[in-house]
Amino acid sequence: MSLFTNKKENGGIRLPDAKNLVLSSSPHLSSSADESRIMIYVIISLLPAAAAGIWFFGAPALRVILYSLVFCILAEAVWCFIAGKPVWRTISDCSAAVTGLLLALNLPPGVPFYVPLIGAILAIWLGKQIYGGLGNNPFNPVLVGRVGLLIALPALMTTWTPARGMEDASYPQHHAFGLTDPSKPVTKATPQKAEGELVTCATPLGVASTAVAKPGKYRFRKIDNPKMWKQYFIGRQGGCIGETCAPALLLGGILLVLFNLINWRVPLYFAGTVGVLTAIIHYFAPQVTPTPIFHLLTGGLLLGAIFMATDMVTSPISGTGCVIFAIGCGVITTVIRIWGNYPEGVSFSILFMNALVPLIDRWFVKRPFGYTRRKEV
Amino acid sequence: MNKSSRKVMSFTGGIHPVSAGKKLTNTQAVHTAPLLERYTVLVQENAGKAPEVIVKPGDKVLKYQLLAQASGFVSANLHSPTSGEVAGIVEVPGPMGVPALAIDIRADGEDRETDPFEPIPDWRSTDPKVLLDRVSDAGLVGMGGASFPTRVKLSIPPGKKVDTLILNGAECEPYLSADHRLMLESPCRVLEGAAIIGHILGIDKIYIGIEINKHDAIAELERFSEDYGIKIVPLQVQYPQGSEKQLIHAIVNRIVPPGGLPADVGCVVQNVGTAAALSDAVTLGIPLVERIVTVSGKVLKDPGNWKLRIGTPVIKAIEFCGGVTDEPSKLILGGPMMGFAQNSYEVPVAKNTSGVLLFSRRRALNYRSGSCIRCGRCVQGCPMGLCTCLLATAIEGGRIDLAEQNHVMDCLECGSCAYVCPAHRPLVQTLRLAKAEIRRQRAAAKAKAEK
Repeated sequence: MSLFTNKKENGGIRLPDAKNLVLSSSPHLSSSADESRIMIYVIISLLPAAAAGIWFFGAPALRVILYSLVFCILAEAVWCFIAGKPVWRTISDCSAAVTGLLLALNLPPGVPFYVPLIGAILAIWLGKQIYGGLGNNPFNPVLVGRVGLLIALPALMTTWTPARGMEDASYPQHHAFGLTDPSKPVTKATPQKAEGELVTCATPLGVASTAVAKPGKYRFRKIDNPKMWKQYFIGRQGGCIGETCAPALLLGGILLVLFNLINWRVPLYFAGTVGVLTAIIHYFAPQVTPTPIFHLLTGGLLLGAIFMATDMVTSPISGTGCVIFAIGCGVITTVIRIWGNYPEGVSFSILFMNALVPLIDRWFVKRPFGYTRRKEV
Repeated sequence: MNKSSRKVMSFTGGIHPVSAGKKLTNTQAVHTAPLLERYTVLVQENAGKAPEVIVKPGDKVLKYQLLAQASGFVSANLHSPTSGEVAGIVEVPGPMGVPALAIDIRADGEDRETDPFEPIPDWRSTDPKVLLDRVSDAGLVGMGGASFPTRVKLSIPPGKKVDTLILNGAECEPYLSADHRLMLESPCRVLEGAAIIGHILGIDKIYIGIEINKHDAIAELERFSEDYGIKIVPLQVQYPQGSEKQLIHAIVNRIVPPGGLPADVGCVVQNVGTAAALSDAVTLGIPLVERIVTVSGKVLKDPGNWKLRIGTPVIKAIEFCGGVTDEPSKLILGGPMMGFAQNSYEVPVAKNTSGVLLFSRRRALNYRSGSCIRCGRCVQGCPMGLCTCLLATAIEGGRIDLAEQNHVMDCLECGSCAYVCPAHRPLVQTLRLAKAEIRRQRAAAKAKAEK
């Protein structure tokens, strides 16, 4: 049926051969951004927080980060090998590296190597791969790992080491406010290993949950005052590796927004809800809970709001959905922090709201172009 | 007026595809193609019904002579691109991937013309009905891509009132620069065509929307636009700026209802190429037999814009460009975002062929798709505000009903979602699949109801 003979050479002009043509559906262009690039940008955004963690908690923190990274990537590789999935292709999407880094930032600085190991297996296998791998997990894998560890190893997971600048005797709040006291840790559980070689302290939230009310005095006065807020903001507080330094976390959040990786509504509404709710409760009953500033600067709220709740896979798609999701996270966090058994509630709240994401996605669909609010044509 | 302070209009959603492709051709003047020995003119150049062929094999034809007569309202006339002999009605590879009928014309090399129509230079004092007849006689179709007969688009359904004409000079598709060159090189033809359409419809509000990356074309049109009372509207460089609904939203801030037509909000949208062809048909009295085509791609020796007659096989266009320097893996008719991949170089150029693009192996083969990570880029990018990733997931899970509830039928198939998808999911293809299935179901339901 050839109408025009396709000679390869035609008067010195090279003509193409139709045999080499491939057919595909439009569009025939695609942006160069792929999943691994997104993951690498997330890692870049996490670097300030990781660096701050290493700065404030020293070599043990670096060790935990490296363990966690290696174990997560290994866990992914082992699963893919057993399940017959392409090992290198799965690892090269860098999602296991993101999980590893985030998991490390969610662990206390001084934990032994088997904590990140168990965490990695929980996060990668139980949190992600069992559902079919990247993109199919309903729950944030890192939080599955962290909460699993919190339940399985409560003692290790609540043993905190003081940050740089806190162990210093010249640090005025050191003993005076009961934040760091090697001989009498505020947390009830102290691992055997901690004796002698590990100086432990409590997180501000931990102190708050056990603070005793003295008649006529503000119950949280020692830990909730402008002087302490400044220390908390810088990162001088007990806590997980990546959750203490607010400037580093905020910088990471700005990077994430600039890279267009997160919906800015989630951190804003999450932290905002906690702030507003605690402000109201604190105003009417100051002995029940510390000020909202205390709540915003301590615990895992910033890390959770900026890096955990915003996880693409497990947060809603639409803007309205994100707002609902974030407010839900904020409410549950506040409730757990004030009335729950655990001093911290960020992880639980995000996991709970993760479960609601499919519903939120279905109920709060973006209104397509041309549809008015009042009537649908 | 200070141009930098001028408001640049746009729509919500959309994407910013790589803009490097335009630079291959947008600075080069349009070349006129030499006469070929043979043209294969597709019988069905228009959307709707194919016209009825009125020539027989062996007939001698002249340039501009009628080859096929419109059969029905949604159909368009077809004219001969040159003088010569009709060798037969043959099957050629069609632009839609299936063989199509074409009139095989052997040129005699003399390019003798007939005078099919009387030129109407004083169209301002002519009855719009006469002009409208000229539009259908000259075989005008939408040259932006859909090739919908222009006559139909200019016939406003009873009960509808239009007050605004918008000329689409956005040319938002990467790589294409045919409309750009047309506006730059023959601004008066475009403006004249716009004014004629305005006269036919009785409209004096006429806008031409152009993306600001074509600032030279904007400046050129503005030199003459005031004489015609036409307003040039600079638009942001954003894909799909040239989509009808998005263009109307950007320029006059009206929202076409779902499933509706521009006439529902009092607008008519025409491509600038169509306007220029219409101007020729009215003022010079010549039918539509040639158009400007961007022949581009990095593998071509000399990419450029060519004035090609309809029926020119694509391989000849590639020859005009000096052939290729590397073996291409993809041939696309139209733009890279919405054009159709071809499996033969013998596909003829049609009235709606805005581009002939050749992509190398590196550009063409990128099909490894992963699973959705719900990043929401497709949702941000969708000009129609659809949750594309959720629709595709529903369709993949067999829930076409869910996709239908969530307005999958409003999809423009512009490709913004698939362009930005970091997992490279075939989103447009998936949505198209559902649309075809829903159309089939609706047709079946209708047939059942009629029984």
